[in-house]
Amino acid sequence: MGALISFIAVIILTLLAYGGVKSANMQAIFGIVLPYAAIMTFLIGVSYRVIKWAKSPVPYRITTTCGQQKTLPWIKQNKIENPSDAMGVTVRMILEVLLFRSLFRNTRSELQDGKLLHGSSKWLWLGGIAFHAAFFTVLFRHLRLFTEPMLLPLHLVETLDGFMQIGAPRLLMSGVVLLGAAMFLLLRRFLIPQVRYISLPADYFPLFLIIGIAVTGIMMRYVTKTDIVSVKELTMGLISLKPKIHQGVGAIFYIHLFLVSVLFAYFPFSKLVHMTGVFLSPTRNLANNGREVRHINPWNYKVKARTYEEYEDEFREKMKSANIPVEKE
Amino acid sequence: MYDRGKVIAGIIIFLALVTFPFFYKTGKANVQIEPKINTPVIEGLSEKKCVESKEFMRANHMQLLNEWRDAAVRDGQRTYVASDGKSYAISLQNTCMNCHSNKKEFCDTCHSYTGVKPYCWDCHIAPMEAKR
Repeated sequence: MGALISFIAVIILTLLAYGGVKSANMQAIFGIVLPYAAIMTFLIGVSYRVIKWAKSPVPYRITTTCGQQKTLPWIKQNKIENPSDAMGVTVRMILEVLLFRSLFRNTRSELQDGKLLHGSSKWLWLGGIAFHAAFFTVLFRHLRLFTEPMLLPLHLVETLDGFMQIGAPRLLMSGVVLLGAAMFLLLRRFLIPQVRYISLPADYFPLFLIIGIAVTGIMMRYVTKTDIVSVKELTMGLISLKPKIHQGVGAIFYIHLFLVSVLFAYFPFSKLVHMTGVFLSPTRNLANNGREVRHINPWNYKVKARTYEEYEDEFREKMKSANIPVEKE
Repeated sequence: MYDRGKVIAGIIIFLALVTFPFFYKTGKANVQIEPKINTPVIEGLSEKKCVESKEFMRANHMQLLNEWRDAAVRDGQRTYVASDGKSYAISLQNTCMNCHSNKKEFCDTCHSYTGVKPYCWDCHIAPMEAKR
C-alpha cells in the first residue's frame, strides 16, 4: 500500500513536469524557479535540522562499543571499536561514514528445524554501499555541468567510470550500479516479509524518486538524447545567477531536473537527512571515556554545597569542648 | 547548542561543498558555444549536408561513429548507405575529417565545454592543425 502511494506520487510528479513543459510551456518554472527554491530549502532545512539536533544535550556517553575498553595498561584496548580519545573517534567515524562499519555487522536470525540460528548478513551492507558509492560518483560527475573550466578530477572519474568502453556515449558503470542497487533495495522491501511490514510510504518514496531520476538520466544519455550543450548553458546560467531558458532542451530533461528538485526539497523533511545525521550520532561520535572523565549533566541545578572545612570552622570550639577530634587546631 | 564550534564548522563545510559551483569561476558562465563549419571543403560544397541530418548528427554522431568503427574494423564493411540513399566511405580520417578538418573549432568546442573526452584519438592520428 505504502509502495503504491509512493509510486503514484512519483508518476504524478513526472506527469506534472512533462505536462508543464509540453503543454503549458512552463520551462521557466521547472528550469529556474523550482531548482532555486529546492536548493534553498535543502541548504536551510539541513542546517536547521543540524542546529536543532545540536541543541539536544547529551549528558553522558552513550557510545555503542564492541571491543575492550581502555583499562589497565597490560590489557590491550581496542582503540577503534572502543575509542577513548578523539583520534579513535575520528577513525571510527571515517569507517562509519565511508564504509558503513556498523551495517557491516548486520546479522540475521531465523528458525531452522525448531532451532533459532543467528548468522552474518552482508547483503544490505553490499546493496547500501553500492548504492551510496554509485550515487556519489554520479553526483560528482554532474559537476561537469556546473564548472567551467572543468574540475581536473572529473575527466579521471569519467574515464574510470567508462573504463569498459562499451558503446558510444560510453557506458558509465556508476549509472548501472545506481539503478541496480536502488532496485535491490526496493525488492528487499517487497520480498522480505518483516521488512515489508515495517516499510512506510516514507521509505518507498525516496526509492521510487531516485529510481525515476536514474531512469530519466540514463534515458537522456543513451536513448532519447538531449542537447547537452544547451543543458550546460542552462545549468551555468543557474549557478551564475543569470538564468536563461534554452530551446532545444527536451521535456525529459525537465522531468529529470524536477525529480532532482523534489529530492533536494524533500531531503530535510525525510529520513534522507541521515546524510548529516550520521555525523551527529552520539552512539558513534563520542569517546567512551565515562570512567575517566566526569561528564556534568548540563541541566543540573546548582547545589548549594558546604565543605567540611567550613563546618569545622563554625563549630571548632564546640567540638573541642565536647572532645570531638578536629582536623585543624 | 552543544559543541558549538564543531557543529558550526560542520555546517560551514556542508554549505561550502554544496554551493561551491556558485563561487567557482562563474565569470565564464555565459559563453556562446557554436561549433564552426567554415572549412574550405565545406565552403566549396554545393549542398552543405553531413551524411545525415544536422539534428541526427548532433544527437547521435557518437553512436554513428561507433557503428562505423564496428562495421569497418570488425566486419570489413567500408560503405555506409545514408538514409537518403547516398553512399559514403566509412572512414573517420577520409570522410569525416575531410570536411571537418578543424577539429579544434568543431569537435573540441562542445566536447571540452561538456567535459567529453572521446577516445577516437587513442588510435587515430589527430589532424595536423590540432597540434598548432
